[in-house]
Amino acid sequence: MTQNAEHVLDHFELFRGPEYQQMLANKKALFENPHDPAEVERIREWAKTPEYREKNFAREALTVNPAKACQPLGAVFVAVGFEGTLPFVHGSQGCVAYYRSHLSRHFKEPSSCVSSSMTEDAAVFGGLNNMIDGLANTYSMYKPKMIAVSTTCMAEVIGDDLNAFIKTAKEKGSVPAEYDVPFAHTPAFVGSHVTGYDNALKGILEHFWDGKAGTAPKLERKENSKVNFIGGFDGYTVGNIREIKRIFELMGIEYTILADNSDVFDTPTDGEFRMYDGGTTLEDAANAIHAKATISMQQYCTEKTLPFIQGHGQEVASFNHPVGVSATDEFLMALSRITGRPIAKALEQERGRLVDAMADSSAHIHGKKFAIYGDPDLCYGLAAFLLELGAEPTHVLSTNGNKAWAEKMEGLFASSPFGKNCHAYPGKDLWHMRSLLFTEPVDFLIGNTYGKYLERDTGTPLIRIGFPVFDRHHHHRYPVWGYQGGMNVLVKILDKIFDEIDKNTNVPAKTDYSFDIIR
Amino acid sequence: MSLATTESVAEIKARNKQLIDEVLKVYPEKTAKRRAKHLNVHEAGKSDCGVKSNLKSIPGVMTIRGCAYAGSKGVVWGPIKDMIHISHGPVGCGQYSWAARRNYYIGTTGIDTFVTMQFTSDFQEKDIVFGGDKKLAKIIDEIQELFPLNHGITIQSECPIGLIGDDIEAVSKVKSKEYDGKTIVPVRCEGFRGVSQSLGHHIANDAVRDWIFDKVNPEAKPAFEPTPYDVAIIGDYNIGGDAWSSRILLEEMGLRVIAQWSGDGSLAELEATPKAKLNVLHCYRSMNYISRHMEEKFGIPWCEYNFFGPSKIAESLRKIASFFDDKIKEGAERVIAKYQPLMDAVIAKYRPRLEGKTVMLFVGGLRPRHVIGAYEDLGMEVVGTGYEFGHNDDYQRTAQHYVKDGTLIYDDVTGYEFERFVEKIQPDLVGSGIKEKYVFQKMGVPFRQMHSWDYSGPYHGYDGFAIFARDMDMAINSPIWKKTKAPWKDAPRPSLMAAE
Repeated sequence: MTQNAEHVLDHFELFRGPEYQQMLANKKALFENPHDPAEVERIREWAKTPEYREKNFAREALTVNPAKACQPLGAVFVAVGFEGTLPFVHGSQGCVAYYRSHLSRHFKEPSSCVSSSMTEDAAVFGGLNNMIDGLANTYSMYKPKMIAVSTTCMAEVIGDDLNAFIKTAKEKGSVPAEYDVPFAHTPAFVGSHVTGYDNALKGILEHFWDGKAGTAPKLERKENSKVNFIGGFDGYTVGNIREIKRIFELMGIEYTILADNSDVFDTPTDGEFRMYDGGTTLEDAANAIHAKATISMQQYCTEKTLPFIQGHGQEVASFNHPVGVSATDEFLMALSRITGRPIAKALEQERGRLVDAMADSSAHIHGKKFAIYGDPDLCYGLAAFLLELGAEPTHVLSTNGNKAWAEKMEGLFASSPFGKNCHAYPGKDLWHMRSLLFTEPVDFLIGNTYGKYLERDTGTPLIRIGFPVFDRHHHHRYPVWGYQGGMNVLVKILDKIFDEIDKNTNVPAKTDYSFDIIR
Repeated sequence: MSLATTESVAEIKARNKQLIDEVLKVYPEKTAKRRAKHLNVHEAGKSDCGVKSNLKSIPGVMTIRGCAYAGSKGVVWGPIKDMIHISHGPVGCGQYSWAARRNYYIGTTGIDTFVTMQFTSDFQEKDIVFGGDKKLAKIIDEIQELFPLNHGITIQSECPIGLIGDDIEAVSKVKSKEYDGKTIVPVRCEGFRGVSQSLGHHIANDAVRDWIFDKVNPEAKPAFEPTPYDVAIIGDYNIGGDAWSSRILLEEMGLRVIAQWSGDGSLAELEATPKAKLNVLHCYRSMNYISRHMEEKFGIPWCEYNFFGPSKIAESLRKIASFFDDKIKEGAERVIAKYQPLMDAVIAKYRPRLEGKTVMLFVGGLRPRHVIGAYEDLGMEVVGTGYEFGHNDDYQRTAQHYVKDGTLIYDDVTGYEFERFVEKIQPDLVGSGIKEKYVFQKMGVPFRQMHSWDYSGPYHGYDGFAIFARDMDMAINSPIWKKTKAPWKDAPRPSLMAAE
């Protein structure tokens, strides 16, 4: 017996004891019909070869370990960014359980969202009654200021019409006629969570600006000096949006953050559960039509929203999850140009500090090869930062990136001598990445938590940047945008590089001559 | 001391009844009427808990439940390690459930073992419009090419499959034939079926019956020589290693475990199970169906057991032994005696820190009752419990064997109800899932996830109980709960003092 009351053994250690090891070996040998270990080893080695890579890349139907989620997740992420708003997903209820779990596991925060709980009868007759009852219940129970509706693929396949359903529900008295129920169709079989972000945000703005589904006059734009800001689907929303607010305030810019979920995903533990916290006020959402311009930090999260806003007469500008010196420079210069406000001295100093830090450390990053995967904008932002550090983003893979994204990435690679041997892989998954890492190894991998399987299998050290990050805590609290954010990313990369150097130089009397105290 | 223990049972009952009346006030009339049937105060001596269950969740109330796909892919099939489980449909379902359930296993992932991988057909609009059968056939070919050591394939249907009229059964049969009778199992676990995960369990059980058992040649030479002591563990998903810390006890008492369903399980184990002399069933809810089937078809008896906490473990070991001869009965006594000193030490260490603490639970299929004994072994009291997807037979078992008079019962609890109940009852600990965890922690209430063991475990068996006790102590007696109110603010609420 290995267990001990004084020093309780966890699963980490418990099963390594001889009794368990023997038990598991017996189980395998007698009952599992295992393959010959030599055969397992042969296949394991074969899966590392260029031949396997070729077969792997020839896949046309199967997806293995994708790095993307489905539309409604993005819609829920947007909805909770508005004051007192409860996301309402029309369709099967299991989906909502999944979105809530997914967001809670990343942010370590509550995630509130309701479903219209459609079942087989609704599949046959449509989900109108679910919408009618659902809105009434949500409104009575959780007293939201707004209910933002999106859809699961079930409701989309049977063709439920949200506009008509919400109208009918209002007629039946589920919620008051003038109550705000913006909506967006978010089919899971189109695009990914970034598409859902786009559709949901556009749905909400359309609601407020274009006459609330025919129930109010359309707003007439009267340009003011404000700037709207859209973060896009972002695992670092808490740290990033706060950093952006600080930058706006330093520059004296009047702004509206659209879908500001930085507070609701970072509520205090003080005895009170806040189902709603912070968020863009509904008034600000409506008045955002009058802004001078709208800035999106993620082009691929706002492919429909930005043209919609532009169509209302605003200037729009989009970026690709800017990380590092030049990307932040461009963001700030655009901000300055649009608002006429000079870039704050304090920011100039921060820029200098980031350049200082990069200069201090660049020797350790220069020439290192990286693989990156994630959402299309994040991939772009990180790759650009690596290039300005003199590193090579050798493989950049985005499951939800398309051909246009790949071309944009290739353009970025072409702009730098360090991008010479770099390639973009749109629509590929992490099983493709596995082949890339075996056949064209790199020094480091940047990606979300699921990259740990690649790290284990290929030995490529993983730097966790992306969404979701389930197995490290609180990273979402630290920005990756702005010069300060760039500093955070730099430190994260450096920490891993130094840890690896130490790990590889710590065998006494063998490799420890490089185990330097000063690096 | 928490509030509950200072009150008489009559007072508790009155308070709980009043609480139910209060929460129902928030609902529109029709909803209140429906929800009222799911809430009750347990009366000792009654044969069930007096609540309706396994009914549709009400739209818009924030149910905690999932879907049939979650019950099949996520629970029953997902842990079968040497088969590849295709999440068939759009990308999300497989993505959100990817490696989220901590079904531990031994194997070379991606080569001969596939549990923590996400295989999906990633449906696009054209697949919805033109159907996905051709794509599915191609997926199976690609799996065979790239993962040649897989022992079988299952097709876990997501919502659209049943709605667009795909014939996954036909594809499975054709492909099975093409690959020399390979096991390919179509599962109709579309998320809109049924009212919760529960129907997904049932559908998954039926798929084992139809697509595995019915294909095993009864005349085939057994892979191993049967013994009179062969048993199968049914309904243990090896969360954090639960099935392992259970298996070791069964083996120590002289039994031979020939299969694990389904944590760390393999196709060969499923196929061999009809050779068992007894099926021992932990999660009744998710696997009673296949146990009953094996009883009817193969004459294998089954016996429910509970490996949470020393009292229930001893009771269960004796119950399991009663199906066998004296050798096994003696073996059970030997095992109980062997672990007694460890249990005494664990209880001596933790009981003084936990005595009198109250717990409210809301979990899935067996834990709302099964863990009660373990808490009681530590001197704790469960004052409220409910099932996410239980049926009446779960509530019967709960009433007859587990809960005390006056316990608050809430079936398919809504977010609103659960928060109000906890706020008013102020338990020292809440045990529920990830969606609930942070809600209650914000309220200053200690919490443990009782689906995933909050990334700890195992909790089953004697080895697991030590971890369970340590974890409950760690949650309740963490110094952080004394710091939730800033010192310049009003005194903490009673729930916070109770946590000290």
